[in-house]
Amino acid sequence: MPVRPPDDTSRKSRILSALEDQDTTVTLADPLDNEMILNMGPQHPATHGVLRLLVRLDGETVLAAVPELGYLHRGYEKIAEASTYHEFIPHTDRLDYLSPISNNVAYALAVEKLAGIEVPERASYIRVLVSEMSRIASHLVAVGSMAMDVGALTVLLWTFREREKILDIYDVLCGARFTTSYARIGGLQQDWTPQCTAMLQRFLEEFRGDLAEVEKLLDTNRIFIDRCENVGHLSREDAIALGLTGPILRAAGVPRDLRRDVPYFVYDRFDFNVITLTESDALARFYVRIAEMKESALILRQCLGKLPSGPFRAGEPKKVLPAKERTYTRMEELIHDFMLINMGIDPPVGEIYQAVESSKGELGFTIISDGTGHPWRMKIRSPSTNNLSALPLMLKGAMISDIVAIIGSIDPVMGEADK
Amino acid sequence: MNALIVEKLSAFAPAAILHSEEFRGDLTVTVRKEDIVRVGEFLKNDPALSFEMLIDLLGVDMYRPEERFEVVYTLYSLKNRKYLRLKVRVEEQDAALPTVTGVWAGANWHERETYDMFGLKFTGHPDLRRLYMPDEFEYFPLRKDFPTMGIPDSLPLPRR
Repeated sequence: MPVRPPDDTSRKSRILSALEDQDTTVTLADPLDNEMILNMGPQHPATHGVLRLLVRLDGETVLAAVPELGYLHRGYEKIAEASTYHEFIPHTDRLDYLSPISNNVAYALAVEKLAGIEVPERASYIRVLVSEMSRIASHLVAVGSMAMDVGALTVLLWTFREREKILDIYDVLCGARFTTSYARIGGLQQDWTPQCTAMLQRFLEEFRGDLAEVEKLLDTNRIFIDRCENVGHLSREDAIALGLTGPILRAAGVPRDLRRDVPYFVYDRFDFNVITLTESDALARFYVRIAEMKESALILRQCLGKLPSGPFRAGEPKKVLPAKERTYTRMEELIHDFMLINMGIDPPVGEIYQAVESSKGELGFTIISDGTGHPWRMKIRSPSTNNLSALPLMLKGAMISDIVAIIGSIDPVMGEADK
Repeated sequence: MNALIVEKLSAFAPAAILHSEEFRGDLTVTVRKEDIVRVGEFLKNDPALSFEMLIDLLGVDMYRPEERFEVVYTLYSLKNRKYLRLKVRVEEQDAALPTVTGVWAGANWHERETYDMFGLKFTGHPDLRRLYMPDEFEYFPLRKDFPTMGIPDSLPLPRR
């Protein structure tokens, strides 16, 4: 599709005008001597959801790229203002839908900081367990789908087989495989059970070997390495300036991991490495994710060994929902349940920012409270949005076939990027 | 650390710093609108502070007659492993403020989102288009006077 000068400039899409520079002159005398604009997505299997990408091409080389977001925009920040703090928990499942459970606990952590709730130790340990499980589950999808994007389909099937085992643990833990809504403000929905421990231990035993199999498929795979090496390069300075986080930043040589740098839950009690590489290409991001999964498995083992007994919900009746059976049998708990559901938890006036290291990067919540049961304003700092903003820079000068490898290496989840 | 930040900022530009407060250990510094770029550059380049990452940028509709909007900048220092929030107040009649894309390139999409949701114009922004809503959309949905249910027929169907 050659770019023609549009007949009616006022109706010309503003996206196209953003793409076309002043010096783009179309000479139709020679049909090969012009640039073309390719529209990729929003319905495209390699864009991981509904990301739309407009790329201006010279032959097969990308001259410029403009990502278009918003095809999955559901207005969660507006919904949050109209719902109580508890009511918003199910919506956090639908942000990064590949690791819903870590969004749940991240959100609960933010509200607890605002309301000043001290969470029992056992709950914090369980939150570490579910966060690391969801990191593995999410990285498995990232690795598998990135490999699929560059042509290695088997890897996706194998990583999904592993992921399935984690989803089975979720199922036993909270009754849902995908939309977990597991966290509660001040605690958790259900306690961790010995059955979960047994399932997780079995998973960890098998995972080491199964991950090695996946690695064996790709580590010496000429096609995979050739398609990912030196593709989507981003300098360390650019990565910092653009506010990128997560595996992309660590693959660019910046050892930033909130689990270690700004510890939350009980991460300061575990030994783990912050994986950092310096190559900053698609292949490095892949290696970072693989190594991070091993570190997560390490944390999980330590956490299972240290898991303390005790309550899994804070004992603050005015802010934390009571146990269901007590709501049904006791007057006080019934009153508190009624007030919490209808009025909300009434945190003090103030504003906080609380972030966690999710699988994609820094997932943060800014909550501005006016002292009522609803947040006055809640902003979700989603890592995928920030990471996608580096796409134009990464794609410049790449080939068409690199586009899918680069998007795969960013590992965006549009539910989170579009909010 | 928070005391040091406030001290350094008030030494750098006493007139630009309007207010500072701490809540749950988070420091929020309110800055005069005209000085946000200057203060941002100082915070980024000062060797002891080095807030080189803009983590988040958000608009807030306070829905009050004076200084209706606020823009909040969440900064992070890799060196000190420390967050800082800057805040700027914007009048409804003059809903424009200087862009900080020159200081932190990552502000680009955040400012587009804030424009999209609140209608705040960031002067000097290289590409101030809506980020999430369609270009034809006429409203600013995160303003408090925009109904949660939405406005019927405000999203046009695609032309055939």
